[in-house]
Amino acid sequence: MTTTTPRPVELDDVQGLLRFGYSHHTEACFLLLRVKDPAAARAWLAQAPVTTAVEAKPVPATAMQVAISGPGLAALGIPDDLAAGFSEEFLAGMAGDEDRSRRLGDLDSSHPSNWAWGAGDAVPHVLLLLYALPGHLADWRRSLEAELASGFTLQAELDTADLAGREPFGFRDGLSQPEVDWERRRPVEDRDRLEYGNLTCLGEFLLGYPNEYGLYTDRPLLDPGRDPGVLLPRAEDRPELADLGRNGSYLVLRELRQDVAGLWRWLAQQAGGDLDRARDWAEAMVGRKLDGRSRIPGARGLNGFDYAADPEGLHCPFGAHIRRANPRNADYPAGTRGILARVRRFLGFDAGALPQDLVASTRFHRILRRGRAFGTPPVPEQALAEPPPTAGTGLHFICLGANIGRQFEFVQSAWIQGTRFAGLPGEGDPLLGHRLPGPDGAPSDCFSIPRADGPDQRLCGLPHFVEVRGGGYFFLPGIRALRYMTRPR
Amino acid sequence: MTPQSPFLVVASVAAGREAGLRALLAEMNSAPGVVDPDNPVLPFGRFERVHFARLMVLDQTTMADLSLYGVSPPDLGLRLVLLGDCDGPARTLLDELAAGAEDGLRRLFGHCEGFDPGTGLAAWLHAHSRPTQANYVNWLGRTVCQIHEESALQRFLSARVPRMPVASGEARRRRRELIEAARAEQRAGRLRLSAPQPAPLGWWLGNLAHALGVPLLALLVSPMLLLAAPWFVWRLRSLERSDPEHCPPPEAGHLRALRELEDRGLTNQFTAVGPVKPGAFRHALVPVLLLAIDWGARHIFHRGHLARVQTIHFARWVVLDGGARVLFCSNYDGIHEAYMDDFINKVAWGLNLIFSNGVGWPRTDWLVARGARREGCFKKYQRAHQVPSQVWYDAYPGVTLNDMRRNRRIREGLEQGEMGEDQALAWLRLL
Ligand code: HEM
Repeated sequence: MTTTTPRPVELDDVQGLLRFGYSHHTEACFLLLRVKDPAAARAWLAQAPVTTAVEAKPVPATAMQVAISGPGLAALGIPDDLAAGFSEEFLAGMAGDEDRSRRLGDLDSSHPSNWAWGAGDAVPHVLLLLYALPGHLADWRRSLEAELASGFTLQAELDTADLAGREPFGFRDGLSQPEVDWERRRPVEDRDRLEYGNLTCLGEFLLGYPNEYGLYTDRPLLDPGRDPGVLLPRAEDRPELADLGRNGSYLVLRELRQDVAGLWRWLAQQAGGDLDRARDWAEAMVGRKLDGRSRIPGARGLNGFDYAADPEGLHCPFGAHIRRANPRNADYPAGTRGILARVRRFLGFDAGALPQDLVASTRFHRILRRGRAFGTPPVPEQALAEPPPTAGTGLHFICLGANIGRQFEFVQSAWIQGTRFAGLPGEGDPLLGHRLPGPDGAPSDCFSIPRADGPDQRLCGLPHFVEVRGGGYFFLPGIRALRYMTRPR
Repeated sequence: MTPQSPFLVVASVAAGREAGLRALLAEMNSAPGVVDPDNPVLPFGRFERVHFARLMVLDQTTMADLSLYGVSPPDLGLRLVLLGDCDGPARTLLDELAAGAEDGLRRLFGHCEGFDPGTGLAAWLHAHSRPTQANYVNWLGRTVCQIHEESALQRFLSARVPRMPVASGEARRRRRELIEAARAEQRAGRLRLSAPQPAPLGWWLGNLAHALGVPLLALLVSPMLLLAAPWFVWRLRSLERSDPEHCPPPEAGHLRALRELEDRGLTNQFTAVGPVKPGAFRHALVPVLLLAIDWGARHIFHRGHLARVQTIHFARWVVLDGGARVLFCSNYDGIHEAYMDDFINKVAWGLNLIFSNGVGWPRTDWLVARGARREGCFKKYQRAHQVPSQVWYDAYPGVTLNDMRRNRRIREGLEQGEMGEDQALAWLRLL
């Protein structure tokens, strides 16, 4: 454990998205770019006005963030041996191979071969995220596009919609986030945590800082000879090396198309037209009420709860989206107190605690969500009207983390697609599951709602409500790293 | 109770036969990592006693790491390994395999040194069998047949139970109705619940002797151990400081070859192999630790969990080539990343205990601390030491250990006599 006060974070070297969701910036657009002329592309990126994590008063009218994909590094002329220091997941890419697609549940109609972008030759090189206060996007975007034309081709533009804090199914979204330890209050140590907490080590989200294990995640560290102008910060853990990762993060983007009419129509039909019942089921599937309130009795505010008080899933089913995506547990089952209890549970001798120990240590699997909705979703009543509305709507899901494998991919594959999550009898996420039968032919398209006075209620034959239309892994560099990578040569 | 046992056959691949062997192994699969249980070479599915089995071509992976100590690695050549877990004794299983899949096994081992058309197959398999130094069985006595039967019972009852609230006082009646339905199914021959077989007396005696013998042995040598303890600690700590750590990232191609085989179902296989650190200290420590692990697994951890980990069906540690290297194999539920998560977060100490004697393991303290907790280093290390199993068989794909645990409780509840109202409701809620 270090006793010295840690270096403060260089907020002016961190892209703002790590710290802010830009919720005032209700207009947003994500540009997917391919490098046409590397020199021109680099020159533009070298001076790109990237917004930092320093708090600005008043809020700036516009904010821009820059991220680069694995193929993007090569297209910009970053040497291979340098790029090799990035994580394997990032370099391989979200649609890099069938095995990854299988693990992520990108199968069937969500398979990369059906994507609009992000697979094969259609991996964008650079992702520009544009955020603007109301009325400020259109002109800015047009002038940017003109500037970009010399170095890039515009592969696609992902428009977003302001749904006033809701996602297209109609639920309030963006309520729960890990609290990032910007002040570096959490001691650098590897110690079991007996309580679930929301404060998460900076190193879980920013490269170059200690993570929840008290360790520094791998990232490209350079011989100082490769950085003669000392553009890059030095690595905290290896001060003799320049740190290309420091203050950067990985960004995961997925275009998720939601079948809003499909969800509500199916539920209404199952409920025999009883719309209150349909809504209750939808809320059980998400794990929150439509207005965002928790289903856990005694929750303090929107996020003052965990599932210790609901060990049987009677209030929030085990399979609910938010319980899967963040099981809110500590390193040991809830209620591990005293040295004796700990030893027993450490050895697995507490039979009563074992069922709750199937999923543990959530703190290693947190993600910072920064997604935006797109399209014009129907409100539930419209969704039920004839003919059903068909306009494309959904979520440009974005999450940030220092370890794609342990964070996004783990949550997506082990918890969201995992059909035995927390001991469930065989079902994927009620919103996001791929619904395909297992290798033994057993269905995965049910949703179990436990109840105290009988066997689980089970909704079966759930249609596929969310389809992946595109996606990619990007590196969201620190500002100095961006300047280093794009410096004139 | 029918005890489970590990079987293991190791043979050297004859010069120039590797490509043909690999092609033959690939023929057994319907897709990479997915064996056809009815394949013409070794139709595992026809042998009802087999839980899991795998065939692999074991090369010299990571033996070269011995050069970290300035030791030149021995030339171990290429091995064909057949291993698995079965109900009842391994010896008779090998006989059954030899009798029931003679042609295929001859084709397989025909790629090995010293095997010719005149070789007696069963005798050859026995002669090439190797002992398993430490073996873990998730639930001692649970047979393949029982797993299938209880799973069918659960499917039947879960499909039949009315998914509605049970009015108070109604649970016992509901349960009785379901039991009657199940009994009718049994009478019609559509459901079977075979009675457990008694374990052979010889097994009980052997097990008892092992249960008492190992602690007794420990007691006998304890005065010497006590005397040697200060030296042991000093030696261990100095080695822990000087042993090189070696965790380069696994090659992309190697990683792809491993991943291609993974996550095709709910259960996965894991095999890793690596050289033991040179020197008498580690070479003496490994067998002692394996004996202790084996004892713990046999007599303490045989009821559903290995310490905190509940997702391992079978695991084993095998010393190969006169102690030069250790092979670790397991079958586990869930994705690889979740398995590693359990390793790091729940039982890093247990891994360190044994694997820190392997060349390059992430630095440990006091044999159990740090090591696998060094997440990044550990993850690279395990992937680099992992080897693909060209053929892998699972007798019950789609049934996880947690499913089995629930199914067993369902069966117990079915076979139990009268229940109270609360107990009956709890049973209904399992369905
Ligand atoms: C179209 C797809 C999706 C929809 C409609 C959706 C919807 C929601 C909603 C309504 C919430 C509750 C609001 C909140 O707690 O902030 C939520 C929370 C969450 N979602 Fe999703 N989500 C989607 C995709 C995903 C994906 C792909 C992941 C990750 C792989 C994910 C991870 C999470 C996490 C981590 C939370 C917070 C849980 C908590 O901390 O309690 N979601 N989602």
